[in-house]
Amino acid sequence: MDWLQQLINGISLGSIYALIALGYTMVYGIIKLINFAHGDVFMVGAFIGFYAITGWGLGFFPALIISMAFCAVFGVLIERIAYKRLRNATRIAALITAIGMSLLIEYGMIFIRGAQPEAYPDDVVPNKAISLFGVQINSQSLFILLTSIVLMIILQFIVHRTKMGKAMRAVSLDMDAARLMGINVDKTISFTFAIGSALAGAAGVVFGVYYTKIEPLMGVIPGLKAFVAAVLGGIGSIPGAMVGGIILGVVEAIVSAAGFSLWRDAAAFIILILILILKPSGIFGKNTKEKV
Amino acid sequence: MKKKWSKVFMASALAAGILAGCGTGNQGASGGGGNSDVFKLGVNMELSGNVASYGESMTKGIEMAVAEINKAGGVEGKQIEVIKNDNKSEAAEATNGIIKLTSQDKVNAVIGAATSGNTVAQAQIANDTKTVLMAPGGTSPTVTVDEKGKVRDFVFRTSFIDPFQGTVAANFALDKLKVKDAAIFSDNSSDYAKGLTNAFKETFEKAGGKIVGEESYVAKDTDFRATLTRIKAKNPSFIFIPGYYEEVGLIVKQARELGITAPLMGADGWDSPKLVDLAGADALNNTYLINHYSNEDPDKKVQDFVTAFKDKNKGEAPNAFNALGYDTVYFLADAIKRAGSTDSVKIQEELAKTKELSLVTGVLSLDKNHHPIKSAIVLEYKDGKQVFNTKINP
Repeated sequence: MDWLQQLINGISLGSIYALIALGYTMVYGIIKLINFAHGDVFMVGAFIGFYAITGWGLGFFPALIISMAFCAVFGVLIERIAYKRLRNATRIAALITAIGMSLLIEYGMIFIRGAQPEAYPDDVVPNKAISLFGVQINSQSLFILLTSIVLMIILQFIVHRTKMGKAMRAVSLDMDAARLMGINVDKTISFTFAIGSALAGAAGVVFGVYYTKIEPLMGVIPGLKAFVAAVLGGIGSIPGAMVGGIILGVVEAIVSAAGFSLWRDAAAFIILILILILKPSGIFGKNTKEKV
Repeated sequence: MKKKWSKVFMASALAAGILAGCGTGNQGASGGGGNSDVFKLGVNMELSGNVASYGESMTKGIEMAVAEINKAGGVEGKQIEVIKNDNKSEAAEATNGIIKLTSQDKVNAVIGAATSGNTVAQAQIANDTKTVLMAPGGTSPTVTVDEKGKVRDFVFRTSFIDPFQGTVAANFALDKLKVKDAAIFSDNSSDYAKGLTNAFKETFEKAGGKIVGEESYVAKDTDFRATLTRIKAKNPSFIFIPGYYEEVGLIVKQARELGITAPLMGADGWDSPKLVDLAGADALNNTYLINHYSNEDPDKKVQDFVTAFKDKNKGEAPNAFNALGYDTVYFLADAIKRAGSTDSVKIQEELAKTKELSLVTGVLSLDKNHHPIKSAIVLEYKDGKQVFNTKINP
C-alpha cells in the first residue's frame, strides 16, 4: 500500500502549495503582477500563528483566524505602499518592486527577531496515527487537508456568489470597462490582495503545524513552488491554482518515492519549463488574444 | 570638461582602491605577530543562520574559558581579547570573516567555525597569513588535511573526526543494539554527512552487516515523508541519519508519524536543544547520538566544568559545543605556555606536539594529521533528555 501512503504525502504537500498559489493567481488575474512578496506573506503568517499559539496560548483555529486577518491587512499595506503607485508603470518595474518587497520582508524579519528557526508546538492539532487499509495516516495531515479544502470552498463562494467576487471577476476581465460600470477598482484590487494574503497566512499556519519548523527564509522555496503550481494550472485561474498545487505535490512525492529525492526540486522547475514551452496558458488557462 | 574630470576622478579612485587592496593583502601576510599587550583572539562563528545554535554555544564556552584564563593572569602576561565575527552559517561569509580578522583586526589566532565546511573555507587564508586557526567542532578530515593529503600546518581541531564517529555508530549498532541490517538517510549537501556515511558503511559492511537502503536529502528540505515511506518499505532494523538538527528534527518526527519504530542514530550534529522542540520528546525515544561529551560523565574534570558553567549561566547545563569551545581555548593556551611566546609560528609548532592534554572532552593527543585521538560518548534520548549510555575509547 506504499503508493497510497505516497499519494497522501503528496496531496498534503500539494494542498499547501495550492493555498499559496491561489494568492499568486488571483493577484495576477487582476493586475497582471507576479507578486513575489507573496511567499513572504506566507512566512509572516506562519510566525503570527506561532506567536498566537505560544504567546497567547490560543488553539489552532483562533491562531489561524488571527494570522489570516493580520496577513490580509499586511497584504493590503504592501499593495498600497509598493504597488498602487506603479499601476500604470511598466510591468517590469512592478515585478522588480515585488522582488525588492520580498527581500525587504525577509531581511526585515531577520532584523527584528534573528534568523534562528522556531518550532511549532506539537499538540496544537490532535496528532494520532490512524490506520486505514494498512496505511498510516496522521490525523494531523487529514486535519490540514480538510482545512485547506474548506478554505478553498469559501473562496469559490466569495468569488462566484458575492458582489465583491463579481467585481473581482469584472476587473480581471477588463479593468477600464469595469470602472465605467461604476466598480471601485482600487477597492476591488485591495480586496483581492486581502483575500490572497489571508490564504497565504492560513497556509503559513498550516505549514507550521505540519512541518514544525519555521524561519524567516521559509517562504522562498514554497513561494517559488506555488508560483510553478499557479503557472501549471494556468495563471489567473482559481481552479487551476488548486489543481496545479495538488499535481505538483503529488509529482514531488512520486519523484521522491522513485528514489530520486535529490531531484525533487529540479522536477518542480522542469515542470515550469515544460509548461512554458508546451502550453504557456497552463491546464485551465484560456488562450486569450493580445489586446490591441 | 566636466565629464573629463569625472573620468579622471573615477580612474584615480579605482587605482586607489586597487592599491588599498594590495596594502591590506601585505599586512595580512605579516599579521599574527603583534607586539601589543593583549592577545587578540578572533572568534569566527555561526552566530546567525542555519546552525546558529552551535556557534552561540561554542562562543559561550570560549568566553567562559577566556574569562578564567584572564583572571589567572592571561597568556604570557597578556590578557586575551575576544573579537567576534558572525559568519551567518555561510562558507563565503566565513572566508570574509577571517580576511577581516587577520587583515583589519590583526588577531593572533582565530577560533572557528563550528562546522567543518565553514572551517575549510577559512583554512587557506589561515595558512597564507600564518594565523593559527582552531576548529572546536569541525569533524571532517578535510579541516586539517587538504584534498592532496597534505597537512594544513596552521589548522588544528579539538574534536575527533567523522570517520571515527561513523565507526563508533556502526560498532554501537552491531555490538550493543545487535542489528544486522541498516538504512542510511544522509544529507547530500554537507561534507560532514558524507564523511560519516562512508565511514559507517565501510565499518558496518566489513563486520558482516547489510545496508538495505541508502537515501539522501538536501539541507533546508522540510518534507521527508515520501523518502521515509520508501525507507519504511525496506523495513530496516536500524537507521543511521548523519545530519544537522534542523532537518534531523523533522526527519525523526515524520519517521515516527509514518510508523517507523526502528532505532535511529546520528552524530554530534544532532546535539541541540532545538532538536527536542522540532521532533518532540516522544518521537525521540529510541534514538541515539554520538557526542564529544556528556554532563553525566562521572569524571571530576567534567563535573567541575558543569558546576562552573551552571554558576555562570543561571543553572543552564552545558552542552558538548560549550565544552568544545571551552576546551579549544585551553588547548591553545597550553601551546602558548609551552612555546613561551605569542608568536604564531612557535604556537603552531607546539600545538602540533600536543600529547595527553587533559581536557573536559577527554584526554587529547594529536596524530601527524592534526587529528585528535580521544574518546567518544553514546547518548540516548529518553523523554526528551539525553542520557549517558556508554563511552567508547579509540
